[in-house]
Parts: sequence; C-alpha cells; structure tokens
Amino acid sequence: MSDKGSIYRISGPVVTVTGIDAKMYDIVRVGDEGLMGEVIELHGEKAVIQVYEDTSGVRPGEPVINTGETLSVALGPGLLTQIYDGIQRPLKVLEEKMGVFITRGVDADGIEMDKIWEFKPSVAVGDEVSSGQVIGTVQETETIEHRVMVPPGKGGVVKEIKGGEFNVTEIICTLEDGSELAMLQRWPVRSPRPFVQKYAPDTPLVTGQRILDFLFPLAKGGTAGIPGPFGSGKTVTQQQLAKWSDAQIVVYIGCGERGNEMTEVLTEFPELIDPNTGKPLMNRTVMIANTSNMPVAAREASVYTGVTIAEYFRDMGYDVALMADSTSRWAEAMREISSRLEEMPGEEGYPAYLSSRLAEFYERAGRVETLGGADGSISIIGAVSPPGGDISEPVSQGTLRIVKVFWGLDAGLARQRHFPSIDWLSSYSLYPTALDQWYRENVAPDFPDVRTKISSLLQVESELQEIVQLVGSDALPIDQQLTLEVARMIREYFLQQNAFHEVDTYSNLDLQYKMAAAILSFQDNAKLAIEAGAMLEDVVNVPARTDLLRGRFEENYGERIESLVTKMNKQIASAVEAED
Amino acid sequence: MSGKEYRTITDVKGPLVFLNKTEPVAFGEIVTLRLTDGSIKNGQVLDTSDDMVVVQVFEGTAGIDRKTGIRFMGDVFRLPVSKDLIGRILTGAGKPRDGGPEIIGESNADIIGAAINPYSRESPEEFIQTGISAIDCCTTLVRGQKLPIFSASGLPHNDIALQIARQAKLLDSDEQFIVVFCAMGITAEEYNYFRHDLERTGALENAVLFVNLADDPAVERLITPRLALTAAEFLAFEHDYHVLVIYTDMTNYCDSLRQIGAAREEVPGRRGYPGYMYTDLAMLYERAGIVKGKKGSITQFPILTMPGDDITHPIPDLSGYITEGQIVISRELHQKGIYPPINVLPSLSRLMNAGIGDGKTREDHKSVSDQLYAAYAQGRELRGLVAIVGEDALNERDRQLLKFSDIFEDTYLRQNRDEDRSITQTLEMAWDILTNIDTKYLVRLDQKWIDKYHPTDKK
Repeated sequence: MSDKGSIYRISGPVVTVTGIDAKMYDIVRVGDEGLMGEVIELHGEKAVIQVYEDTSGVRPGEPVINTGETLSVALGPGLLTQIYDGIQRPLKVLEEKMGVFITRGVDADGIEMDKIWEFKPSVAVGDEVSSGQVIGTVQETETIEHRVMVPPGKGGVVKEIKGGEFNVTEIICTLEDGSELAMLQRWPVRSPRPFVQKYAPDTPLVTGQRILDFLFPLAKGGTAGIPGPFGSGKTVTQQQLAKWSDAQIVVYIGCGERGNEMTEVLTEFPELIDPNTGKPLMNRTVMIANTSNMPVAAREASVYTGVTIAEYFRDMGYDVALMADSTSRWAEAMREISSRLEEMPGEEGYPAYLSSRLAEFYERAGRVETLGGADGSISIIGAVSPPGGDISEPVSQGTLRIVKVFWGLDAGLARQRHFPSIDWLSSYSLYPTALDQWYRENVAPDFPDVRTKISSLLQVESELQEIVQLVGSDALPIDQQLTLEVARMIREYFLQQNAFHEVDTYSNLDLQYKMAAAILSFQDNAKLAIEAGAMLEDVVNVPARTDLLRGRFEENYGERIESLVTKMNKQIASAVEAED
Repeated sequence: MSGKEYRTITDVKGPLVFLNKTEPVAFGEIVTLRLTDGSIKNGQVLDTSDDMVVVQVFEGTAGIDRKTGIRFMGDVFRLPVSKDLIGRILTGAGKPRDGGPEIIGESNADIIGAAINPYSRESPEEFIQTGISAIDCCTTLVRGQKLPIFSASGLPHNDIALQIARQAKLLDSDEQFIVVFCAMGITAEEYNYFRHDLERTGALENAVLFVNLADDPAVERLITPRLALTAAEFLAFEHDYHVLVIYTDMTNYCDSLRQIGAAREEVPGRRGYPGYMYTDLAMLYERAGIVKGKKGSITQFPILTMPGDDITHPIPDLSGYITEGQIVISRELHQKGIYPPINVLPSLSRLMNAGIGDGKTREDHKSVSDQLYAAYAQGRELRGLVAIVGEDALNERDRQLLKFSDIFEDTYLRQNRDEDRSITQTLEMAWDILTNIDTKYLVRLDQKWIDKYHPTDKK
C-alpha cells in the first residue's frame, strides 16, 4: 500500500481504486489528467472516490495519487467579491485558463497568492495571543476590514510582528514557540470552525422585505427555510435577501441552479448600492456557483465550502448571512452519489443520513462568542425545491424539523402575481418573542401590537372568505365587508412588494411600521364613518386613499405617508357629511 | 486501439451488453458491434473496470449474441460539425437521412459538451418578438433563454412552436434564426407536419433536423438532443448564428432514460425515473445561453407533453426547476376554441424583466403585464364563485373583473395562426381591454402610465 494506486473501476463520478493507502475524505488526484476527487468509502484494499470533474475518457489502470489532505478552503484577504465553483476555484481564473467552457484537470488557488495587501498589526512583540485572536487588519474592500486571526489551535507570546505590504503567504508574525503565521490559513470544509459558546439571538436580520421583517422575522444567527414549487419566487426572494439584508457579509451559494441566474447576480451586484453603507453590494459578497450542469460531486461540496467561508468571517466578529439556493439540489447530489455507491436507500431514494446532514449544516448557523472574544453570527437561509411543490417530501421535512423560520411559497399567489408569494397563513417564525424588546426600543413601542393586529386581520379574512365562497360578499354585514377591504389593503399594499421596482424593492423598518399603522388608521376611521352612516363604497374610494396606496412607488414616501393618512382620514370623515 | 475485436460478451439485458476480459476501456468510450450477420451497431461504455465493461447499445440489442464482435474506438462520441449542416436532415444518430452525402466536419465535437463557466456568460436581455400576445406581453422570451412548452396530448403545441419559429425576430434587425429541430420519438405524421411547414415557409434552408422517430431505437434518443445541441453550439459559437433549438418530445427522452436506468438495476427515484434525471436534463437545458466574446446565441424551446396533464409529474417538474420559465398550454382554453390556448397564469418567463421596458419594448410593459395577470387571475377565480352564488351577489368591482377575464381570453389571447402582432400592438390591445375595468381598481398600474397611455383616462 502506498500513496499511489491505480483505477479499478469507473462509473460516472464514482471511481474505485486499488492499492492505495487512504483515509476517509482524503483528497486524491485521479488519472493521467489529475482530476480532483475525494475518498468517500473504503472496502478492504479498495477505496471509493467521488470525482469533482467529468470522468469521460478515463480508463482503468490509470494512476491515482493521494495528497493526504482533506478538502479544505483557503481563507485570507481576497475572498470578498469572488465567485467560486463548488471547490473554491475562482471562476474568473478558470476562464483565463480554459476559456468559456469548463474543461477539467485545472487547478486554481482559492485566493490570489501574489496579491499584495497592506497589513496593519494590532498586537506588539511580547503580547500573549491565543487561538482566534485578531493580530492585525487589512482593508480588503472599501467597506470591509479583514481581521487576520491566529488560526485555531495556535497561540503564544509574539516574538516578532511586521506591518506593511505582504502577500498572503508571507510570514507576518512569529510566536515564541516558533510558529510562523501568514495571513493565509486553511480549514477543512467538513469540520465546523471552533467557537467559545452560542448565544440566544436577540437582534433581527433586517431585510427590507415587509412580509419577512414584519410578520415572520429572522434573527441574526437564525435559520430559515424557503420551500416552494418552481416559479414561486424562491430565487428572487433569496436574491432580495442577499441584496438588502443588513448583514455585514453575504455568502451566496448557487447550488445546482441555473447558469443565467448566476450571471444575473454577477452583473447586477456590482451596480447595486448597499442601503446601509452606500457602497457597492459586491464589496461584502462571496459567491459560490455550481450550476446544475457542473459536476455533481462538486455540488455536494459547494454547501460546505460556502459555510466554512461564512464561519471564517463570523470568527472576525461579523454578522454573516448565508443563502443556499437550493438545498434540494445538494440533497439530490448526495442521492446520486449514494446510489452509485449502491447504498441502501431511505425515503424516495435519498440516503438514510439525509436528515442528519441537513441538521449538521443548519447547526453551523448561530450567534456565537468567537475564540477571539468577539460577537459574530451566521444566519442561514436555505431554499428548498420540493417536487411538485409538495412539502411532505424528505428534504422539506428534514429542513422544517430544524429551521426556526418557515417562509412557505405558494404557487397560487405566484400565479396572481402576488409577490413575494409567501403564504401568510402557513408561514411562521419562532423568533418574535426574542426580538420584541429590540423592536420596542428601536422602532416603536407598540410595534409588536401592530403586528398582532395585522396578522389577526389576515386570519379573520381567511375565515370570512370561506363564507364569501358560499354566499358572496354582498351578503355579509357591513362591518365584515369593511374587514375584507382592510385585509385586501394589507395584501395589496403591504404584503405585496415589487422586487424589480427601484423604490418598492426595499422598505426600512420605520416605513414598514408607518404603512402598517396607516392600514389600522384607515380601519379605525372607516369604522367610525360607517357607524355614523357613511356608505362603505364611498369610504373605500376616497381619492386620498388611492394616493396613499400608489404613493409607495414614489421616492420619500416615508416622509409623506403621515400627511397622506391625515388627508385620507379627513376625506373619510367628510364622506359621512355627504350622506347627511 | 481499435484494432482488437473482442468476443467476450457474457450478458445481454435490454439495451445493455456486458463483457469481460478487455484491455482498459475508457468511461464514455464509443464502441462498434459487428453482429454475426455482418450488420454494425454502435454503443457507448457506461461502466468500466478491470473485470467487466457495460455497453449501452444505441440501436437496440436485437440480434446480438455471444459471437458478436466488439471494437473499442478509443474515443468518446463525436459529431462532425460544419456549416454544411445547415439545410440537412439527419437521423437521431447523426447520419444523413435526406439522401445527401456524409457530413465532412471542420472538426469533430464531443457531444456531451462542457458546462459554460457562469462567469463567462452574458445576461440574456434582448427581447424576441414572437408576434403572439400571450407570450410577448406576459411571458416575454429573450435571446439565450430556455423556455419550454408544457403541453399535453391532443393540444396544438406543435403549431405554437412552428408559429414561434416562423415569426421570432429581434426588434431592430432582420436577422433570421437558424432553427435546429430535434425530434425524439415522435410519430412520422408529426415529423412530416413539421417538415412540410418548414419547407412551405422556406425555413428548411435555414434549419438542421435531427430525427429520431417513434419506431427508431429508444436508446438512440439519449444522444439525439446532444447531437442537436452540439450542432447548435458550433453554429452559434463558431459561426455567430443565432440558433433556436426546438426539441420534441422531452417526455420520450425521459422515458428512454428510465429504460436504461431500469436495465442497469439502478435505485429508481420518483415514478421510476432515475435519481440523476435532474442533472441529466440540466446538461441539455443549460446548453442555452450567450457567452462573452461570441456573437451567436442559443435559445431553446423544448416541448414536453405532461402525462395526464399533470404539471407535478417528474418530467415537467424537474424541467421547470431548470428552465427559465414555462409556457403552459391549457386544455380548457383549447376546448373553448381559443388558439393559442396559452394559460398565462402558470406560465412564466424568468428572464422577462431583463428584456422589457424602456429602450427594449416599452416603459409601461411591466406594469401592464402585472395588471393583466392580476385582473385575469381574479376574474377567473370569480367564475367559480359565480357558479355558486350567481352574478347578482357580486359587487361592481368583481363584476368588471369577471367580464374582463372573458374579454381577455376572447380578444387578447385569441389570434390567428399567421397573425404576427407587433409589441406595440400587443400593448395597445392590453390598454384597450383594461378600459373594461374602472381605473381606480387598476392598482398595479403606476399613475404616470395611466396618465400617458390609458385610452380614455389619459391626460
């Protein structure tokens, strides 16, 4: 046995090797072209390998070399603004090396090894440093300061530290025990990076999406699942979150999805301005794109690559949001590999370990005290693509058991072009109680009460709709007809939000609160007017109300909304007089 | 390498041949089989090891016995590609079918094709006018998109595909599309219909046809679309053509995939289709697009018939997750005598927003389309209600919406098979039918568009 073996069998992305000395998850080079693969099973003297590149043309007998390393990512300045494939090869470098089509056998470093960065030390000779402690900083992009940390497992007294211009592999710090530290570190993707402890989340991840922030909020460090059939707007929702959420770092994993969609993100993001910093969004973004026609084994790895990069930024003390679109494709990659291994299948052909893999992945989210003593978080938002939109399937169910927020997309709403087509009756968030204090202090003291009123109106509407289906709306008493109008206003004015409209695409929490309050104000005033004898029709159709509704597409709506509401209420009051 | 002929077949099962004791054979390698009667069949290696090789035979295994000789050709499947492909009709395996000469390739291209680097793609954003209002206004097609037609047996999907092929054009150029037509397991009658229509309109001269008919070997269907796409890629990326690939019927393709999976005794996924069908379909559909530095483009129109009109069946379901939208054909509209019977509600074009608006179609396009959708969706929903409570129980708004939904189907969706509406006509007609609803109910329209375009309420 040695670190070199030869191919015994090839079946698609799965290759069996004899005569090799290998550990589980070792990275190997397969065949004459040196294709990258990973050991996923050992049988006696045979090792089974999943290969991250296409295996057509590879023959039995070709050599396989064990590198002895596990699949790991390069971490250091230069990660931001990058777009990678599933195994952290920068797609730009691949284009330079092999043109517009992805061929194989090409290696590329995850970050540029020669690029010079300005390193500013923050510790001095003689200081005691420990694992995860920040020893200096690099201004990586305009908005993000990259904090260079002591890698986990290392620490001691600083013997020498340098400031100035270095590339990522040059030694910038030497410890008394002789350890030499560079800006670059590596971490195996399948092991979570260590931290001190997890905290309970207490701050919302503000996304600017009204239905999400207002009704079903996600906390920083929380987990959310978005299941929905095709065409219901999963990807648009994920992209809206990547664009507008107030995380400091965004990791976007396009896992087994469309090539053109990734291109759209690539062309759009550099032009979009982050509402929180005023700088291009790309400055805070790392993208992983393993499209559906790229090798399936690399798709399996892409999720781990992404979450490891997210953990690295979390360890610097940043709030990171990670979007995985779609976790179903990741699960299918597992299924495909598993069936090639002839494993006993679980439900619907998925491997029996599906739910534990899903749980392990989402468990890498959380708000933590980092090794360096900072407070950092990862929020994970996973899209799920259930076959036929039926969420009783294993991936959806495995996800729902773990995540705390469920944004259920509904094909019926999408067909009416009600976007985001999140079903307000079946979706839920378990975070409001933990976050209410924050809302009271930062938005408005009665924020939680307004939310409760809005969501109960929607609940009442669904009950009334059942009656309307039988008898028609005219048969309802007038106060219930008003309730239906108010609920329609919530749906059309508040819950619907046009992601492609430059103004409507983002609403801050203050505006969201004002809009919700405007609806309740309409309800109260309309009720009074009707009790005083006004016609429902006249109350609903006051011109100022239409102005209020249409106004949300105009700039500075937040400043005008209160005067619009006052005007509307005046007109509603005069509807009574007209009756008299 | 191709010198030795092996006679070591141990098993034959369905379309698969198993043989042992060979030299090292490459995964994906092409083989030829010489039967005892002298005839030749072709196949490809699906699994290879020191002990055993599994070969999938394209033409079916009838006539194969233990004495059949097998040669390994030392290479993966390639198609000779050349500009001379234009105007030719080929079999599902890429051989001439029109009596013409063999294709002499400028090069031989691997038919599996490589994935386009997402970084190297250009965003598709050029509006293609199909002349069909339902598509142009509501599910706008752009160049480089893959937009399938979800249909079912007995519906006029072929007519719609042909109408699109005839009428598709960019607004500011007369450039013609090259049509690559790929038939998989369709009947000779359907094929003749396509061919005659292409001949009648002269489009055949600008087309390449790959034809695998219902009585051709089922396994051959697995390579037919790959040949078609390889030809399309060559024409688009080496010769700057804009290519429209129409393939029909994806359902037959998927059934062949299932057949191979069953023969290999793989663990089946939903409804017996293999678990890797998503990846396999993606490797076809994702070959649409535009790439940096190349002038040409590939736009795909796969047609699939939904078994039992069921959109959740694995074939439309997995397709919908990969393609950039779908055009859904409705039996209900067809039975009402409306052509094209496109149900716009479940139809969708994901790339629409990139291809419409000021400078592309018209500034009000997005608003108008949203408003049509919303009004039609609500109108249709009300039909169910009216059936129970009668029209008298409706309020004024609902009565208008109900009426609108009928007008929408009757005048807007309905058009002739040779009616080519310009985008301006399409949008003007939309505004016209929207006058049936009071402006105050048209909440999806920005006030500025109402002021500018509303036929009666404009300022």
